[in-house]
Amino acid sequence: MTLFDKFQPIAEARRALAESGVESINVVMEQVLSPTEAMINGRRTILAGTNNYLGLTFHPDCVESACRALRSEGTGTTGSRAANGNYNGHMALERELADFFKVRSVIVFSTGYVANLGMISTLTGPGDVLLIDADSHASIYDGCRLSGAEIIRFRHNDPDDLNKRLRRLGERASRTVIIVEGIYSMFGDRAPLAEIADIKRRHGAYLLVDEAHSLGVLGEHGRGRAEEAGVESEVDFIIGTFSKSLGAIGGYCASNHPELDLLRYANRAYVFTASPSPSVIASTRSALALLRAHPELRRHLWEQSRRLYARLADLGFQLGPEPSPIIAVRLPAREQALAMWCGLLERGVYVNLVLPPASPDGGSLLRCSVSAGHTPEQIDLIAQAFTDAHPTRALG
Amino acid sequence: MPGYDEILQQVVELIKPIAPPERPVEADTDLVADLEFDSLKVMNLIEQVEDRFDISVPLNILPDIRTVKDFTVQLQGLIERASP
Repeated sequence: MTLFDKFQPIAEARRALAESGVESINVVMEQVLSPTEAMINGRRTILAGTNNYLGLTFHPDCVESACRALRSEGTGTTGSRAANGNYNGHMALERELADFFKVRSVIVFSTGYVANLGMISTLTGPGDVLLIDADSHASIYDGCRLSGAEIIRFRHNDPDDLNKRLRRLGERASRTVIIVEGIYSMFGDRAPLAEIADIKRRHGAYLLVDEAHSLGVLGEHGRGRAEEAGVESEVDFIIGTFSKSLGAIGGYCASNHPELDLLRYANRAYVFTASPSPSVIASTRSALALLRAHPELRRHLWEQSRRLYARLADLGFQLGPEPSPIIAVRLPAREQALAMWCGLLERGVYVNLVLPPASPDGGSLLRCSVSAGHTPEQIDLIAQAFTDAHPTRALG
Repeated sequence: MPGYDEILQQVVELIKPIAPPERPVEADTDLVADLEFDSLKVMNLIEQVEDRFDISVPLNILPDIRTVKDFTVQLQGLIERASP
């Protein structure tokens, strides 16, 4: 018996994947050509699994501001803001995000994962309750585990089930944080946030919304699902990431609660993590400005998303419940998913392969994410690749 | 309020349809080692139990559960706590 015995199931799963010729978690992009193209296995490949929703990773404004910051402020901050001090960029980005979300304050974190981990584990502790959607991201589950609070799941996107569980909690509802996501990362479905906010208000609980996949994607101004559903005033904490629509890395929490700044000092994931590099902050600020100034990016993203969803639906694939920049193709058998993922890559299309137990319902998924950087022609090529790599052909 | 034996009987009733058909389901049955339950099956079982007894089962109890009996004992505590 050794420390490493518990990793044997992973070793076996990896061996099985390697034997089937699929190295989905070891894909190397030999050269990244644009937000939507890279060289993979020596082949020019359309990227349809990046979460680069607004396609800003190569935008000249973002690249130039990052280069300027790199030259003027160096490569890194070499420590946390609590110990090493704040850079002007950290402060400016927090102000700009607070202005964007129309909230009192914002805390910037080094990654989106750390934002969830730090906020959830700091906000709640023993005696409190976390009531989370069953399909929540791993960073939410991990933050919950770290908190010491009681963790209860409610059925995915089911306001009635949420209401029932709050009723069972009785007076403890006032010490309960409901956690949902704006858009869910696997199937691209949206939270029924108006109903959830109403239930939250009636029971006197708190509401935290993770807008990782909905920032820049939903809402008239791109503020996310809470804006789209018209319930921003009911959301106590908005958490998000810079690594998707904003094309960098980092996370944030936005809130109107005056106590948010206190949490900064109690938040171990903030206090004991090196702060984001100046170049990352600079490109994020530029991307946020572009998100605000160019709503047409969002419109283009949705046009391409609807185009791909319709094409794949016409081909008879089983998809997530609604069109979205995340389009999940469900396949009945793991072998079909593996064969089709390889077939797509051979035809120059990269998507995400999601196998059990990572998928929420135990099925196998080919998860596409659409970008405002995709042209209609690229969308058609993706759909054509799905046609040509269809399971019946791939397995035939 | 149901006692231990009644809860056990109902839990066994809920487990049997999702367990491998040839495996016996008793108090000492290990959910993972004997019934090969993965996390998805455990979560499905929890949802059914929650509906049956009108309780919410916190995920925090999962590390303490190996057998059907462990699960039943935890449920008994939750049912008692939920009773007025």
